Amino acid sequence: MAIQSAPHNEPTRQLEQRIQRTQRAQLGGLLGPGLFWLIAFFALPLVVIVVYSFMTPGSTGRPELPFTLSNYGRLFTEELFVNAYIRSLWMGFVTTVLCLLIGYPLALFVVQAPPRWQTVLLFLVLIPFWTNFLVRTYAWMIILQNNGLLNGLIQWLGFPRQTLLNTDGAVLTGLVYGQLPFMVLPLYASIERFDFTLMEAASDLGASKRQAFLRIMLPLTMPGVAAGSVLVFIPTVGQFVVSDLLGGAKVDLLGNLLQRLFQRSNPPNWPLGSAMALIFMLVLTIGVIVYFRNTTEQDR
Amino acid sequence: MIETASPPRSAAAPLITQRRRTIAANLHAIFSIAAYVFLYAPILILVLFSFTTDAFGARLTGFTFSWYAQLIEDKRLMSATINTLQVGLVSTIVSTAIGTTMALAMERFRFRGRTGVDALLYLPVVIPEIVMALSLLAFFAFGFQILEGLFNISLRNGLVTVIISHIAFSISFVVIVVRASLKGFDRRLEEAAQDLGANEWQTFWRITFPIILPGIIGGALLAFTISLDDFVISFFTTGPGVNLLPVEVYSQVKRSITPKINAISTLMLLASMTLVMLSQAVQRKR
Repeated sequence: MAIQSAPHNEPTRQLEQRIQRTQRAQLGGLLGPGLFWLIAFFALPLVVIVVYSFMTPGSTGRPELPFTLSNYGRLFTEELFVNAYIRSLWMGFVTTVLCLLIGYPLALFVVQAPPRWQTVLLFLVLIPFWTNFLVRTYAWMIILQNNGLLNGLIQWLGFPRQTLLNTDGAVLTGLVYGQLPFMVLPLYASIERFDFTLMEAASDLGASKRQAFLRIMLPLTMPGVAAGSVLVFIPTVGQFVVSDLLGGAKVDLLGNLLQRLFQRSNPPNWPLGSAMALIFMLVLTIGVIVYFRNTTEQDR
Repeated sequence: MIETASPPRSAAAPLITQRRRTIAANLHAIFSIAAYVFLYAPILILVLFSFTTDAFGARLTGFTFSWYAQLIEDKRLMSATINTLQVGLVSTIVSTAIGTTMALAMERFRFRGRTGVDALLYLPVVIPEIVMALSLLAFFAFGFQILEGLFNISLRNGLVTVIISHIAFSISFVVIVVRASLKGFDRRLEEAAQDLGANEWQTFWRITFPIILPGIIGGALLAFTISLDDFVISFFTTGPGVNLLPVEVYSQVKRSITPKINAISTLMLLASMTLVMLSQAVQRKR
């Protein structure tokens, strides 16, 4: 066998090598441009801010030598920064919970709708998802402004005019409004795959509706809950448009602080801003990993 | 004993649960409709107030098209629109070409480091936008500093830096959409073509490309929409004198609320809605 196949094997191996070589060239040609772009203009910029975060701010705010750890020290000791982190994470948490409370029933409603309506209902959630975020935030400025529609309604009902804009409530409204579609879409995907006969089985076995939901449906749709929460939480914490337009300068999120450190404060402080952005990313990444691990374990 | 006691209970119990169930279902429906109202009322109000005659845009005092007419006279707004369209077109063409080839590589080849490339592709989608924007801002400043030191050329942020950045975040979206269209692909069609004597090039252009074309167009329209709507990345990567539409709208909004901003906002909403519907329609045709 071995002797017989040896002469036959030689040309096959050459052919294989040639095929491999052309395949490698093909792969390089296909992958090369994209890989170059992502490394040069996505990965490398991240490396730049990693390096910047260890440098000293110069008089114009630009990074200078020597290398130092003091930026990170400031972030963990100065009240302004610690508070900004806690505040942003808290606002992100509240927004995520609110989106979940509105989004879950809504996604369930779409799943249970007659098939003919399902596509339309889902598409209606999808449209705001892809329309301009800035414009949608601006729409709330019109509603909430001092002599706006909502205040008109409040006065018509006989109450005194309220300050609605530039409050925590305004920012939360804008955040929930902007992020809700990000919650509904993964929830819909998850609930749609859920086998509803399981709920009947649970109730036949004597479970109340609430028990059946908490013990059967919620755990089985947990992947959707997890994905939706992450999709809502991450952009929320990094927001600066919503908090800037609806919160004035009064309601600061991390995004606002970052923007000021890079552009507005006098002088700016790029190294400190870089360190802040990196810690922000690190906290989020760890949070997301822990969250996914916990929710998928419940799933099992 | 038990038998005589149970009939009245079992007759009444389903009635009560039945009623409770309808009430719950109705509440659920009302809640969901309210959620849709929450999603759409602000958009409708914005559109409605772009036609008001009230200069503060706070009351509906009459109907007019004049705010739309004023848009054309706003030179800053017009140049910003042209810039935004340029950025959108160039970044869409480049990111679609790069993204499509990358999607092909990811779906058709198994290679070392594939998981790493996958991560690199998904990162721009999940990373907070502001972190990406700031890192690009820092990167361009750093790069320009080096260029100035080495070759004595001084460069500034402008259209080119915005385009480069838009391509960087659009690639991932194109790859995701095109990969989805490659997933359901029947590869026997390609084998059949090659059995019939077509070379790889012919197979690609005659078989593969037409089949995944809806995915490519869908990805391109998506990239274009995202580019037109992007505010955060444009805001940080553009330079002095180069204005983009969302950035211009933002700076006008910061000054005051006027029906003119409602008018341009309405047009922007209309543009992205049309693009999204087109993208969906093209992908569904498949």
